[in-house]
Amino acid sequence: MPMDAEEIEKLIKEDFPDAIVSIEDLRGDGDHYAATIISEAFAGKTRVKQHQMVYSSLKGRMGNELHALALQTSAPNKA
Amino acid sequence: MLDDTTRERIQNEVDANDVLLFMKGTPVFPQCGFSAAVIQVLSHLQVKFSSVNVLEDPDIRDGIKQYSDWPTIPQLYVKGEFVGGCDIIREMYETGELKTFLEEKGLHSEPAA
Repeated sequence: MPMDAEEIEKLIKEDFPDAIVSIEDLRGDGDHYAATIISEAFAGKTRVKQHQMVYSSLKGRMGNELHALALQTSAPNKA
Repeated sequence: MLDDTTRERIQNEVDANDVLLFMKGTPVFPQCGFSAAVIQVLSHLQVKFSSVNVLEDPDIRDGIKQYSDWPTIPQLYVKGEFVGGCDIIREMYETGELKTFLEEKGLHSEPAA
Protein backbone atom coordinates (compact mmCIF):
# COMPACT_ATOMS: atom_id res chain seq x y z
CA MET A 1 0.00 0.00 0.00
CA PRO A 2 1.89 3.14 -1.17
CA MET A 3 1.96 6.23 1.05
CA ASP A 4 0.68 9.76 0.56
CA ALA A 5 2.69 12.91 1.11
CA GLU A 6 0.73 14.08 4.16
CA GLU A 7 1.41 10.80 5.95
CA ILE A 8 5.14 11.07 5.26
CA GLU A 9 5.20 14.67 6.48
CA LYS A 10 3.24 13.74 9.62
CA LEU A 11 5.68 10.94 10.50
CA ILE A 12 8.72 13.14 9.94
CA LYS A 13 7.27 15.97 12.03
CA GLU A 14 6.60 13.57 14.90
CA ASP A 15 10.36 13.09 15.24
CA PHE A 16 11.33 16.59 14.08
CA PRO A 17 8.71 19.00 15.51
CA ASP A 18 10.72 22.07 14.45
CA ALA A 19 11.28 20.82 10.90
CA ILE A 20 10.37 22.65 7.73
CA VAL A 21 9.32 19.82 5.45
CA SER A 22 8.47 19.97 1.75
CA ILE A 23 7.53 16.80 -0.09
CA GLU A 24 7.36 16.37 -3.84
CA ASP A 25 5.63 13.46 -5.49
CA LEU A 26 8.04 12.48 -8.24
CA ARG A 27 5.88 10.06 -10.18
CA GLY A 28 2.36 10.26 -8.78
CA ASP A 29 2.49 6.58 -7.82
CA GLY A 30 2.74 7.06 -4.07
CA ASP A 31 6.09 5.31 -4.14
CA HIS A 32 8.66 7.84 -5.33
CA TYR A 33 8.99 11.07 -3.40
CA ALA A 34 11.60 13.76 -2.83
CA ALA A 35 11.69 15.51 0.54
CA THR A 36 13.55 18.61 1.67
CA ILE A 37 13.83 18.80 5.45
CA ILE A 38 15.39 21.61 7.47
CA SER A 39 15.77 20.99 11.19
CA GLU A 40 18.02 22.02 14.05
CA ALA A 41 18.44 18.32 14.85
CA PHE A 42 20.70 17.90 11.80
CA ALA A 43 23.25 20.45 12.94
CA GLY A 44 26.76 18.98 13.11
CA LYS A 45 25.68 15.57 11.80
CA THR A 46 27.01 13.78 8.71
CA ARG A 47 24.64 13.38 5.77
CA VAL A 48 24.44 9.64 6.39
CA LYS A 49 23.42 10.27 10.01
CA GLN A 50 20.87 12.90 8.99
CA HIS A 51 19.25 10.56 6.47
CA GLN A 52 19.29 7.67 8.97
CA MET A 53 17.41 9.89 11.43
CA VAL A 54 14.75 10.57 8.79
CA TYR A 55 14.50 6.89 7.86
CA SER A 56 13.96 5.96 11.49
CA SER A 57 11.18 8.56 11.78
CA LEU A 58 9.41 6.67 8.99
CA LYS A 59 9.23 3.66 11.30
CA GLY A 60 10.38 0.99 8.88
CA ARG A 61 8.38 2.10 5.85
CA MET A 62 11.47 3.15 3.92
CA GLY A 63 12.38 0.46 1.46
CA ASN A 64 8.99 -1.20 2.04
CA GLU A 65 5.79 0.77 1.37
CA LEU A 66 8.01 3.64 0.36
CA HIS A 67 10.30 2.58 -2.48
CA ALA A 68 12.16 5.82 -3.01
CA LEU A 69 12.55 9.01 -0.98
CA ALA A 70 15.17 11.37 -2.34
CA LEU A 71 16.33 13.31 0.72
CA GLN A 72 17.77 16.79 1.01
CA THR A 73 18.47 17.47 4.68
CA SER A 74 20.12 20.46 6.35
CA ALA A 75 20.20 22.47 9.54
CA PRO A 76 18.78 25.98 9.39
CA ASN A 77 21.67 28.23 8.29
CA LYS A 78 22.28 31.06 10.68
CA ALA A 79 22.34 33.88 8.06
CA MET B 1 18.30 -10.21 12.08
CA LEU B 2 21.76 -10.24 10.51
CA ASP B 3 23.31 -13.67 11.11
CA ASP B 4 27.04 -13.98 11.72
CA THR B 5 27.78 -15.78 8.47
CA THR B 6 26.20 -13.05 6.37
CA ARG B 7 27.84 -10.34 8.48
CA GLU B 8 31.21 -12.01 7.94
CA ARG B 9 30.64 -12.36 4.20
CA ILE B 10 29.76 -8.65 3.99
CA GLN B 11 32.72 -7.68 6.15
CA ASN B 12 35.11 -9.67 3.95
CA GLU B 13 33.78 -8.05 0.78
CA VAL B 14 33.93 -4.57 2.30
CA ASP B 15 37.49 -5.10 3.59
CA ALA B 16 38.73 -6.70 0.35
CA ASN B 17 37.67 -3.89 -1.97
CA ASP B 18 38.76 -0.25 -1.74
CA VAL B 19 35.60 0.94 -3.51
CA LEU B 20 32.63 -1.41 -3.33
CA LEU B 21 29.08 -0.85 -4.53
CA PHE B 22 26.23 -3.05 -3.38
CA MET B 23 23.77 -2.61 -6.21
CA LYS B 24 20.84 -4.10 -8.08
CA GLY B 25 22.24 -5.66 -11.24
CA THR B 26 25.76 -5.19 -12.61
CA PRO B 27 27.71 -2.13 -13.76
CA VAL B 28 27.03 -3.14 -17.37
CA PHE B 29 23.35 -4.02 -16.70
CA PRO B 30 22.11 -2.01 -13.70
CA GLN B 31 18.57 -3.13 -12.85
CA CYS B 32 17.52 0.01 -11.02
CA GLY B 33 17.77 3.72 -11.79
CA PHE B 34 19.37 4.60 -8.50
CA SER B 35 22.09 1.95 -8.89
CA ALA B 36 22.66 3.14 -12.47
CA ALA B 37 23.06 6.73 -11.25
CA VAL B 38 25.85 5.75 -8.85
CA ILE B 39 27.55 3.70 -11.59
CA GLN B 40 27.47 6.79 -13.79
CA VAL B 41 29.09 8.91 -11.08
CA LEU B 42 31.85 6.36 -10.49
CA SER B 43 32.47 6.07 -14.23
CA HIS B 44 32.62 9.84 -14.61
CA LEU B 45 35.25 9.93 -11.86
CA GLN B 46 36.99 7.00 -13.57
CA VAL B 47 37.42 5.27 -10.22
CA LYS B 48 38.18 1.55 -10.11
CA PHE B 49 35.40 -0.18 -8.14
CA SER B 50 33.94 -3.60 -7.50
CA SER B 51 30.24 -4.38 -7.20
CA VAL B 52 27.97 -6.95 -5.60
CA ASN B 53 24.70 -7.76 -7.33
CA VAL B 54 22.28 -8.07 -4.41
CA LEU B 55 19.58 -9.44 -6.71
CA GLU B 56 21.59 -12.65 -6.90
CA ASP B 57 22.00 -12.95 -3.14
CA PRO B 58 18.90 -12.42 -0.92
CA ASP B 59 20.94 -12.85 2.29
CA ILE B 60 23.25 -10.01 1.28
CA ARG B 61 20.32 -7.93 -0.02
CA ASP B 62 18.71 -7.90 3.43
CA GLY B 63 21.86 -8.26 5.49
CA ILE B 64 23.51 -5.16 4.03
CA LYS B 65 20.58 -3.02 5.18
CA GLN B 66 21.11 -4.08 8.77
CA TYR B 67 24.90 -4.02 8.47
CA SER B 68 24.86 -0.30 7.66
CA ASP B 69 21.48 0.60 9.21
CA TRP B 70 20.47 1.90 5.77
CA PRO B 71 17.15 0.72 4.29
CA THR B 72 17.85 0.91 0.58
CA ILE B 73 20.17 -0.22 -2.22
CA PRO B 74 22.57 0.97 -3.70
CA GLN B 75 25.15 1.39 -0.96
CA LEU B 76 28.69 2.62 -1.59
CA TYR B 77 31.64 1.68 0.64
CA VAL B 78 35.10 3.23 0.38
CA LYS B 79 37.94 1.64 2.36
CA GLY B 80 35.45 -0.11 4.59
CA GLU B 81 33.42 3.02 5.33
CA PHE B 82 29.77 3.40 4.32
CA VAL B 83 29.63 6.60 2.27
CA GLY B 84 25.96 6.69 1.30
CA GLY B 85 23.17 5.77 -1.06
CA CYS B 86 22.26 7.35 -4.39
CA ASP B 87 21.17 10.78 -3.04
CA ILE B 88 24.29 11.32 -0.98
CA ILE B 89 26.67 10.10 -3.69
CA ARG B 90 25.02 12.32 -6.28
CA GLU B 91 25.07 15.34 -3.91
CA MET B 92 28.74 14.75 -3.00
CA TYR B 93 29.60 14.37 -6.69
CA GLU B 94 27.85 17.60 -7.65
CA THR B 95 29.62 19.57 -4.91
CA GLY B 96 33.03 18.00 -5.78
CA GLU B 97 33.19 16.48 -2.29
CA LEU B 98 33.29 12.91 -3.62
CA LYS B 99 36.34 13.55 -5.76
CA THR B 100 38.18 15.15 -2.82
CA PHE B 101 37.07 12.35 -0.50
CA LEU B 102 38.40 9.68 -2.89
CA GLU B 103 41.68 11.52 -3.35
CA GLU B 104 42.08 11.85 0.43
CA LYS B 105 41.65 8.07 0.62
CA GLY B 106 44.45 7.69 -1.90
CA LEU B 107 42.07 6.60 -4.62
CA HIS B 108 43.20 9.03 -7.24
CA SER B 109 40.49 9.78 -9.78
CA GLU B 110 41.06 11.31 -13.22
CA PRO B 111 38.99 14.39 -14.04
CA ALA B 112 36.04 13.49 -16.26
CA ALA B 113 37.38 13.67 -19.82
